[in-house]
Amino acid sequence: MSPVRVLVGTRKGGFILSSDDGRSRWKISDPVFPGWELYHMKASPVDPDRIYASQSTGWFGQLIQRSSDGGKSWEPVGNEFRYDGPTGTHQWYDGTPHPWEFARVWHLEPSLSDPDTVYAGVEDAALFKSTDAGASWQELPGLRGHGSGPHWQPGAGGMCLHTIVLDPTDDDRMFVAISAAGVFRTHDAGKTWEPANRGLHSEGIPDGAAEVGHCVHRIALHPSRPEVLYMQKHWDVMRSDDGGDSWQEVSGDLPTDFGFPIEVHASEPDTVYVVPITSDSYHYPPDGKLRVYRSRVGGNEWEPLTKGLPQRNCYVNVLRDAMAVDALDPCGVYFGTTGGQVYASADAGDSWKPIVRDLPAVLSVEVQAVP
Amino acid sequence: MIRVVLPAHLRTLAQVQGEVELDVQGAPTQRSVIDALEARYPALRGTIRDTTTQRRRPFVRFFACEEDLSHDPPDVPLPDAVATGVQPLFVVGAMAGG
Repeated sequence: MSPVRVLVGTRKGGFILSSDDGRSRWKISDPVFPGWELYHMKASPVDPDRIYASQSTGWFGQLIQRSSDGGKSWEPVGNEFRYDGPTGTHQWYDGTPHPWEFARVWHLEPSLSDPDTVYAGVEDAALFKSTDAGASWQELPGLRGHGSGPHWQPGAGGMCLHTIVLDPTDDDRMFVAISAAGVFRTHDAGKTWEPANRGLHSEGIPDGAAEVGHCVHRIALHPSRPEVLYMQKHWDVMRSDDGGDSWQEVSGDLPTDFGFPIEVHASEPDTVYVVPITSDSYHYPPDGKLRVYRSRVGGNEWEPLTKGLPQRNCYVNVLRDAMAVDALDPCGVYFGTTGGQVYASADAGDSWKPIVRDLPAVLSVEVQAVP
Repeated sequence: MIRVVLPAHLRTLAQVQGEVELDVQGAPTQRSVIDALEARYPALRGTIRDTTTQRRRPFVRFFACEEDLSHDPPDVPLPDAVATGVQPLFVVGAMAGG
């Protein structure tokens, strides 16, 4: 079985967890960039040793780091994220216009075909692209400029572009998600964009079915069936069968449909994972029980996965980018918590073990099988 | 020759230990010293001042000669003791929680 590398971003540094023996014994690296916030680390799917990392603090701003040797060494690359053209305004929390201000990079999405091409989702929400391995970044301005930008508002965590989903069957098509604006898609490699939020309904905004304004927490698809999208919204788990033209709720029998991450099994397109959280007021699992829920039929019917997870006195959260699946057989599922645990399942979620228990609060988890 | 003391995170990033020594043309100012610092250590670009606005990051402070120079305009000459290398310019990460 291929060695596995888990890239963990935390509030106080990054960590690389590696296993050479079928995911039973793990080696935990020393902190990478200790003391810095590592919002996200992700490897290129075509060059597993090429890893990009978003490193930031409130003191010293944003850095982007690049490794070409699987995380053994790193070099800082370009960190200039300059909005294209007039900055413009979005809505502030009080509804007044507020100029776009760069804060940080939430998510880095390497291209599916070129290790030197990578996308960055940033706060205040915009999409940037680099074609020189992170040395320089250019905004794809058609997203902010398509028309609804002045109406976007920040969610509680800031106005962040946190999810970038590339269509493996069509280089020109991608989806992004923004809190609290919603899902947007492009069919021309990012030149033009349109909202893709029909069917979403959000309480707490004046028009619950508005074209934009929805606090989408994450979206995911299976590479073999890119027309089917899954979404964990602020409240509601949703599914689209038409590439984002419309959405239907598939929360079904979940104990609560609030949550952050959503993931799809690597080889079963109808198998989906979520981590229900009590509510937007209580960012911890219901009843102090940490349960991953799995649907094997694309939503609506969910089963709790509890074996190996704490079933009392557990009050951690699992953030939107802190869950991942590997492509091994059986599928491995991984997630990290705000309490610093990283749990792994080597049997598609049937049972879980902590890889490590005492990291800083986990912001992101990515996994790669290393050839 | 200008002496600059960086905070720990920026020393790590620049891969230096102890003070940094810089040559700056003319009367040194905050701007010219940071220009020279960024030219010598490109990894520090954007960490002390914002790359777009060129403004000092809110949690970064400049101290020298037991004075807080953080609110001085960036083109004001630095104290003679800094200009002559008698005293270093301290770049400090301001105290804040987290």
